[in-house]
Amino acid sequence: MTQRGFDPKAVAGKHPAPEQSVEVLVIGAGPAGTGAAIAAAKGGATVLLVDENPVDAGLIGLDTPLYWGGRYTGAVQTKARMVEQVFAANPRLEEAFEAGAEISLGVYCWGAWVGGEGLASLPGPVAGLADDERAWMVGFERLVVATGARDVAFAFQGWDQPGVMGARALCALVQTYDAFAGRRLAILGSGDLALETALFALGRRLEVAALIEVEDASRGSQALIGEVAAAGVPILTGHAPVLALGGLDGVEGLGVRALESGAQRVIACDTVVQAIAVTPVVELLDVLGARLAMQPTLGGHAPVSPDGTATSLAQVSLAGDVAGVASVPRDAVAYQQAWMRVLIATSDAGVILCQCEAVTREALLAVRQPAYLGEPSAGMAARDLGRLLEDGPANPDQIKRLTRAGMGPCQGRRCREQVALTLACATNESAERVPLAGYRAPVRPLPLKVLAAWDEAAEMSGQWDVWFGIPGQWTPYADIGTEREALHQGVLGGDMHL
Amino acid sequence: MSGPTTSGASVIVVGGGVTGLSAAWWLARAGVDVLVLDKRVIGWEASGRNGGGASHYQSPLFHEEQRLWPLMDELLGYSTEYRRERVIFATTDHHVDHYRQMARMCRDLGYRVDDLDPWQVRDFAPLAGDTVTGGIHLRFGGQANPQRTVQAYAWALQDLGGRIGQHTRATRIVTAGGKVTGVETPRGAFACDHLVIAAGPQSEALLAPVGVRLPLAAARAEMIVTEPAPLMPVGGVDGNGLYGRQTLRGNLAYGGGPHEWMAVDAAGPSARPSTPLLRNLARRVAELLPGAAHLRVIRSWAGVVENTPDGRPVIDRLADPANLTVATMSSVGFGLSPATGHAIADLVLEGRCTFADIDKLSIARFKDIPADWREQKGWVATTHGEAIAAMGR
Repeated sequence: MTQRGFDPKAVAGKHPAPEQSVEVLVIGAGPAGTGAAIAAAKGGATVLLVDENPVDAGLIGLDTPLYWGGRYTGAVQTKARMVEQVFAANPRLEEAFEAGAEISLGVYCWGAWVGGEGLASLPGPVAGLADDERAWMVGFERLVVATGARDVAFAFQGWDQPGVMGARALCALVQTYDAFAGRRLAILGSGDLALETALFALGRRLEVAALIEVEDASRGSQALIGEVAAAGVPILTGHAPVLALGGLDGVEGLGVRALESGAQRVIACDTVVQAIAVTPVVELLDVLGARLAMQPTLGGHAPVSPDGTATSLAQVSLAGDVAGVASVPRDAVAYQQAWMRVLIATSDAGVILCQCEAVTREALLAVRQPAYLGEPSAGMAARDLGRLLEDGPANPDQIKRLTRAGMGPCQGRRCREQVALTLACATNESAERVPLAGYRAPVRPLPLKVLAAWDEAAEMSGQWDVWFGIPGQWTPYADIGTEREALHQGVLGGDMHL
Repeated sequence: MSGPTTSGASVIVVGGGVTGLSAAWWLARAGVDVLVLDKRVIGWEASGRNGGGASHYQSPLFHEEQRLWPLMDELLGYSTEYRRERVIFATTDHHVDHYRQMARMCRDLGYRVDDLDPWQVRDFAPLAGDTVTGGIHLRFGGQANPQRTVQAYAWALQDLGGRIGQHTRATRIVTAGGKVTGVETPRGAFACDHLVIAAGPQSEALLAPVGVRLPLAAARAEMIVTEPAPLMPVGGVDGNGLYGRQTLRGNLAYGGGPHEWMAVDAAGPSARPSTPLLRNLARRVAELLPGAAHLRVIRSWAGVVENTPDGRPVIDRLADPANLTVATMSSVGFGLSPATGHAIADLVLEGRCTFADIDKLSIARFKDIPADWREQKGWVATTHGEAIAAMGR
């Protein structure tokens, strides 16, 4: 029988027990998450219900977690007031509180783990939480992911100005934050999402100038189309947005083009709401290692679930839109691709796809190296997507490494789907076949000083080494097998810099 | 243009990481018909997930590493984002002494290293704070972008007529009459005159059936990256228990700290999770560079790397089968890769490394290693509970 050794430099045993442990941790306090928390609390479990709203103004500026689009009032700067506002906007939070659930608003969940290959060292299922000051870990027995859905963004000329935003973000800014700064909207899309967005806006006394649809007919249900028409809002089918006109305060109008005649006109508006598609917020599930798959009827890459609740991980379940967005059409991804095809045909190739890294569509398709590397070499200039595909199918993670699209601070929220759609269009593939660009913790871009483990365990500090801490690894080659070898290891040991 | 990957080659390299790709590129430079087979996408494992450092004074390939890096962009014809030099600095007196020892060792090898006082450190690393206790400035070495470098090797190889078969996992080495005749893959068999195995953690399982014992233990190591900061005069700035660099884009990418041993089978790792260790890394980056403490961490990642029992590479052309060359860099492979490829190509073509003595990196040193060496060292997957129990002993 082998005497099992112990590597003091390995990570096992170095993570402290979590700061708090609950039986049920719910991430996301929308209707589904709040409902799950109430049910669990009434069932006698200790419950922590976490919601990141109100998010820090800096994250709103980064279009995280929703596509906020810069159309918000200064109120978002006042977090304490915003916490009250968010609490008041969801009456069921009171009920959850009464039922005994602990509620944390303005708290991000930036990662979660339940073990699995390469994760034997964790002290049990654990989630990483943070506010704007510090981060901490919470243990759980069961995790309910109720992170909802987010807007899918589409690039056209001028889309990077304040005032171009997503439908979910509009709802959140109006309803949850009471901090929407726009008045008159143009809405992209004509499916139920767009129609419902229009009716929502009208109900909040906002003006809706028009809905714009690249396809030849409205997509949504007849009832909703009737309601929107009755409100006097035109649906411009067979039209594409070609230019968001803007000034100092962002959007002032939207230029649209009739696809058949080529006639162009400008719609006066201060906000362009992209209501073409939403997709489940699966980033936490990807970090957890839950099985995800492209499921167009659920809005894109969504968790694999037999019943809309269970995941491939025993400790993790789903609630609400993260399991799949009920109202999306069966061909949601094909519809997105139809939009992308038209936008590629009607916009300049120099349009920026990745705002953070300023990657244009042209650069993406040329697999062009980033501008900071200067002029490409002759070999580089001769490389493009077509040649890359000779070596294997399009992989967004590989394209990302080469072009930097999706590598910026917004963590690809504005361009992840667009890059996949663009690759699909360029290769005459279905976007359903393009793999998901992977997510990594932290799934919220939080500052070093906030994430930092200022209170790390003594076991961690005491054994920390730059690399594996194998003393012989750094012995100068000439000294190997000489008496200097022991001397060297004695003086320098590990902690050598590679 | 990459040719068809449906037929064999004079030399087949199993493993499209930096080591295998560099070896193939060197072989193609010598006019050899070469085919690289990778189980997935080139550079997808540790080769594309590391710190990018290129200053490996411990290695017999060090001089060649230093000679080649400044030439690589030109030789390959593609950017590697290589930046020269390195500043390592400390925030404790203990670390300053340690770094000065390293400096002496490098000077002994004939390379210039300057000692830096805290003021000089801050000139090189304006994001450093008043906690600096001192540092060293390596007037050699440097760092490159691993992902771009992997692709540069691959493209340069293709430009020379070499071929790369992605999504083509070698499942078996085929031998006949005491020689390797090819490899089997799910896409069929590929014949070759010489085989190079540079398959990282998977190499052990691939070699065992032909009677070659290459003892390896696989582990996961992690890094984090921040949003961009203003460019510092030297990109290779690290210390405080971290390795890493500022990318040319300005992002700070750092790793270090404890690893997690994990079992990896012949198919390779099925997951490469990064973990809450990112908090410990974030802390050390914020301590090293207080001027960057407000920067957002935008990603983390993990790579799975292998180590030999003594932590040193194996680069060896075997006696039996004589047309088989094996290479593992024992978790320190990226920076040395320009030189490693050269050495491997030499072994294949000349039977020996022409520019350095690498005899001590032969596989023979492990012939008597006990079967349970991993368990004896504790280099196996260990749970939190097992570790707590072991530390309590």
